[in-house]
Amino acid sequence: MSAQAFSHKTFFQSLKKYYAFYTGGFITFVILLAIAEQLGMSRQWIGYWFLFATIGLYAGIGIMSRTAEVAEYYVAGRRVPAFFNGMATGADWMSAASFIGMAGTLFLSGYDGLAWVMGWTGGYCLVALFLAPYLRKFGQFTIPDFLAERYGGNVVRTIGIISAITCSFVYVVAQIYGVGLITSRFTGLEFGVGVFVGLSGILVCSMLGGMKAVTWTQVAQYIILIIAYMTPVVWLGIKHTGIPVPQFAYGYTLQKVGELEKKITADPKEQEVRKIFADRAAAGKAALAAPDKAYAEGKAKVEQNLAGLKTANAPADQVAAAEKAVAAYPKDAAAAKAGWTRESGLAARAAPPRPHAEAFPGKDEAARNTARLNFIGIVFCMMFGTAALPHILMRYYTTPSVQQARVSVFWSLFFIFLLYFTAPCLAVLAKYDMFTNLVGSSFASLPAWAAAWAKVDPGLLNITDINKDGIVQWAEVVIGGDLIVLATPEIAGLPYVVSGLVAAGGLAAALSTADGLLLTIANALSHDLYYKMIDPHASTTKRVTISKGLLVVVAIIAAYVTSLKPGDILFLVGAAFSLAASAFFPPLVLGVFWKRANKWGAITGMAAGLAVCIYYMMRTYPFFTNMGVPKMDLWFGLSPVSAGMFGLPVGLITIFIVSMLTAPPSKEVQELVEHVRYPNLAGDTLVTNAA
Amino acid sequence: MQLTEKHNEYWRKNLVYTGILLLVWFIVTFVEAWFARELNGLTFFGFPLGFYMSAQGSLAIYVAIIGIYALLMRKLDLEYNVDEGDLE
Repeated sequence: MSAQAFSHKTFFQSLKKYYAFYTGGFITFVILLAIAEQLGMSRQWIGYWFLFATIGLYAGIGIMSRTAEVAEYYVAGRRVPAFFNGMATGADWMSAASFIGMAGTLFLSGYDGLAWVMGWTGGYCLVALFLAPYLRKFGQFTIPDFLAERYGGNVVRTIGIISAITCSFVYVVAQIYGVGLITSRFTGLEFGVGVFVGLSGILVCSMLGGMKAVTWTQVAQYIILIIAYMTPVVWLGIKHTGIPVPQFAYGYTLQKVGELEKKITADPKEQEVRKIFADRAAAGKAALAAPDKAYAEGKAKVEQNLAGLKTANAPADQVAAAEKAVAAYPKDAAAAKAGWTRESGLAARAAPPRPHAEAFPGKDEAARNTARLNFIGIVFCMMFGTAALPHILMRYYTTPSVQQARVSVFWSLFFIFLLYFTAPCLAVLAKYDMFTNLVGSSFASLPAWAAAWAKVDPGLLNITDINKDGIVQWAEVVIGGDLIVLATPEIAGLPYVVSGLVAAGGLAAALSTADGLLLTIANALSHDLYYKMIDPHASTTKRVTISKGLLVVVAIIAAYVTSLKPGDILFLVGAAFSLAASAFFPPLVLGVFWKRANKWGAITGMAAGLAVCIYYMMRTYPFFTNMGVPKMDLWFGLSPVSAGMFGLPVGLITIFIVSMLTAPPSKEVQELVEHVRYPNLAGDTLVTNAA
Repeated sequence: MQLTEKHNEYWRKNLVYTGILLLVWFIVTFVEAWFARELNGLTFFGFPLGFYMSAQGSLAIYVAIIGIYALLMRKLDLEYNVDEGDLE
């Protein structure tokens, strides 16, 4: 290794220089746009500038990193320094859901939302301790590669390919959806056009240069997304805590939020609004109990009202209003039912605010314990899923050495930590701001950001004067989670250019994750399926060309599925993690730590883990049970997202039992295990390191 | 090839490090979450402790666990002569 002309140290130095220069350039770009905004550039043009400049930049990096060499294409030539691989993993990891959705989830669900924060960080401990160094020593191209080599045979590889594609595909759909959403919101382009523009950026980059291009783009994307996330938080922090690193000081803001929650709970005007909702919900529920009777009564009532006004010679506008009510009355009982169902759903808004920091709230001890179990279930599945997602594990094939792989996991989590420990802070600061500046303001003079967002998108912010007192009560405000990150710049009173910056950050998060996932899927097909199983004699050029072609095909299929807007995105993401944890974690870890684990154990274990996981989701998740799958009760009250909590132990135990019942693996396999356990083994003749 | 006693010792030490760090990980994750309600009764820099740990404390400990593992293993690699040489 020392004989090579390539110097890792010089390479690292010049990378540092390039990216420092790049960061400076990006900041200058933002400042120039800020000046242009002051000179009168329109918001739409600021949006276009951010969209096209950043996508153009990613495409540019892709063109500069184009390659047709196998090792460059699949693992970036294995020369990505730990520090930069950490940044790239950070961008690869943090999706649109983390960037835009996380703070909103925390805003809405308080402590219970922290399950995602813990789950999506703590999993890296498992990556570091159980997988990254060993996979790096093994040094092939994909995760199915390791499974096939360790357990032998194409059956294992096939199950690996199927699992890798399933969980990556489920995940990539969520990302492309995010891309479409952001581009359409900030440039006014249509959702479909937004998907197309974003996708072309992804394709130019990953198609030309594979892992090499994706790596260097992801580093650039990480820099943009972290600047974009931090800028408004720093501003909001100075406003409410007085220091620019509010992450360390928002404990006191959290206390104030707690006091304001108590005030809102006790406030008579708030109680009045909540009572209106409770009454409407009760009326809706009563009507649903006897729909035909309620329909006839309601109809008679509006008609009588009109007749009464007419006979009493009431003013024309009152009569007109009553006529309108008669005309608007539902045509039949079925139509009325939908309205009543909506009304009875208002019961949720009749409840006082939940204390933000309270862990596992519930009406009684049993409910609280179920909430706690579900919290732990999510943490468990997200962690073990993290340690089994192929697009993340693949990144540790790209470092120059085993030690660099270990250090690289450290940097990965460090860069992810920066965003994840800021999200809970942002949620608290935003809540405090709304409690103090929005609640109690008059409808005639709402804060500018609230007025603007309520007009643009009622799904994100809806404020209605329920009790007609002209003052905003907290119970009158409905917030969609995504609002928190998208509107923070305006809440903090920053110019529009920062909103554009945040959009560019969200886009970077979604694109970088989509890049990594698409590459994983295309590689599973081109490398594992085509090269290893169909045509082992394929030339390197042919392999890379096929991979590039597949990338386009997969991207188009994913975009098509996205355009169908399938179900709940958070469930899709959670399901991908549970599936990965059940299928991959047991065979990967036992493959390194237990020499006795054999082929039959791995096959049955992966199949059993996947089967249990899928079975639980199918039988409990409404999407499937509504399609006719017989519904069953939740086990221990655990939600379908946490299916991995059953799948993973079943997989582990199955591998153990079946391996013990069948013959131990061959001597060669045992030597392979020894080979991956030592970074450098004197006298070891085994060479697994491809290229 | 045949592993020497020294090689086995390296692997055993690796397992000890892994086990201890995993125990820390388990405590700051699952034990912490299980007792979050009780921990919230304590205050830390203005935060309820349970909230603080889940939002920040445990995360920082995760970063530390990985950093410590990388440092310990580099030392162990050198000590048992299984390091990869200078790649710089």
